[in-house]
Amino acid sequence: MTKPATTTPGGVGGGPRRTRLRRGTRAVPVPLLLPALAGLAFLLLPLVSLLVRAPWRDLPEQLASAEVWQALRLSLVCATSATLLSLLVGVPLAWLLARTEFPGRGLVRALVTLPLVLPPVVGGVALLLAFGRNGVVGQWLDSWFGITLPFTTTGVVLAETFVAMPFLVISVEGTLRAADPRYEEAATTLGASRFTAFRRVTLPLIAPGVAAGAVLAWARALGEFGATITFAGNFPGRTQTMPLAVYLALQYDPAAAIALSLVLLAVSIAVLAGLRDRWMTAS
Amino acid sequence: MHRRSPDGRRPPDPDKGPDAVGLPDSCPRPQREWPVSTRSVRSIRRTRPALRVAGAGAALLLALSACSSSGSDSGSGSGEAGSSGSSSGKLSGTVTVFAAASLKESFTELGKEFEERHPGTEVAFNFGGSDSLAASITSGAPADVFAAASGRTMEIVTKADGTAGTPAVFARNQLEIATAPGNPDRISTLKDLTRSGLKVVLCDESVPCGAAARKALAAAGLDLTPVSYEQDVKSALTKVELDEADAALVYKTDVRAAGDKVEGVDFPESAEALNDYPIALLKDAPNAGAAKAFVDLVSSAEGQKVLTDAGFRKP
Repeated sequence: MTKPATTTPGGVGGGPRRTRLRRGTRAVPVPLLLPALAGLAFLLLPLVSLLVRAPWRDLPEQLASAEVWQALRLSLVCATSATLLSLLVGVPLAWLLARTEFPGRGLVRALVTLPLVLPPVVGGVALLLAFGRNGVVGQWLDSWFGITLPFTTTGVVLAETFVAMPFLVISVEGTLRAADPRYEEAATTLGASRFTAFRRVTLPLIAPGVAAGAVLAWARALGEFGATITFAGNFPGRTQTMPLAVYLALQYDPAAAIALSLVLLAVSIAVLAGLRDRWMTAS
Repeated sequence: MHRRSPDGRRPPDPDKGPDAVGLPDSCPRPQREWPVSTRSVRSIRRTRPALRVAGAGAALLLALSACSSSGSDSGSGSGEAGSSGSSSGKLSGTVTVFAAASLKESFTELGKEFEERHPGTEVAFNFGGSDSLAASITSGAPADVFAAASGRTMEIVTKADGTAGTPAVFARNQLEIATAPGNPDRISTLKDLTRSGLKVVLCDESVPCGAAARKALAAAGLDLTPVSYEQDVKSALTKVELDEADAALVYKTDVRAAGDKVEGVDFPESAEALNDYPIALLKDAPNAGAAKAFVDLVSSAEGQKVLTDAGFRKP
């Protein structure tokens, strides 16, 4: 599972051009080259079109509004918080799945990946039923602690974590499976506890995989729409993240929506490019 | 394009579309399947795909070889054939109706009624926020009829020259406060919604119910801060149904459609913010004949009865 996880964003970041050229001049079978180019064009064309049709002249004006930056800041804060939360519980979960034996482990792994295939809106409804004011858990949170999660920034973080964490878990679990368990075993035979071995040996060993998973999760959280708008609603400055702002702007002012999309695109590219070195070591 | 190519004699400008309304008299009236035009093939795919597509394709081939002299494969041409060629009961194919989310219940009923009246037809609905629907239509979604929840959203389509004829207002809708069953917070006026601690959701101002809510609040001189601006009226109502919000400003029709899951509270300021519902036949309608019949049904006395039963006001 690490392979696709690590290579895909690497591809987005653009592999080293030198390699591609060298291989290109040698023998690349046409049956592979043509579909590959078609795939690349298919992925890039919509993004290029966004750039072509962008209202460049009005762009400064479009981006001058405080709402845009409010939404962007909220998006960055929430996506980062969701990633940290995913790391906090996702890495141990991945370790559990990769390094321990327990009945029904296959089922648990399938359930962990469920949010990957679940339509995010369904995830949002499920979150409402769990953590809503009247939800299975939410009603106790409300009556005991007076905490309500829907319509709050915390709600946004939860929704994003729900959708993004599986990316991290899958990526880290794959890395763990690929990592040699004998290093940990050696550490434990030398007297380290299993937790110390995890902290001092395993974690540094799988760090690139963790980083890769974290970036994937962050990117997914940044783009989260369905679960967020369903669970946390839409209120500027509190729960209106960039994707929500883009969607609502699209309804009455497509130019503004394109401008917002450009900002989101630029941020994503900047982050992915900035982390490319890590990616390379990961793969 | 591909579908048309088997016939080498295809007309020079097959996409003339709207200008080429109606089959020329020189062209023999085609088979029964004819009103299934090339463009509706896409929308029909939902049901019995292979059969329908094959049928439509065969009809097209027949028609093309039988009638080579004109731009008869334009989408709207088929509509004329449907409505004038046979004064009634000869409609067929799928009518694709894009309608505002608040019309879901009443239009679904009218759709069934229509299918019963015209056997062989099928009404396919796409319910959603009027703005997104308008956006899909202007970007080329294959639809026959557009029923919007506000004049402004219909304008998006008319401005893009997407309608055939002037849209007609067929209903009006009024806002109501939706609360949990039994109205536990004892909300009786619009002003009650501004009480602190009360969680109110509104529609986003970009959708008609949000614009109406803003108008009503302005008319009442109230400043209301909701917990969320929802993307359409049904999501706003759902938040109350799930008891995540204490109240929402939604349409009367939505409250009625939700049955006993919510309770409606009327407020006088809603009269200041009535929403007009315009309906229009679209210019690029793949099945214009049947579509026109559907529009007629909506404006007929029977259609109006269904709408008023659902809580709409007459225009």
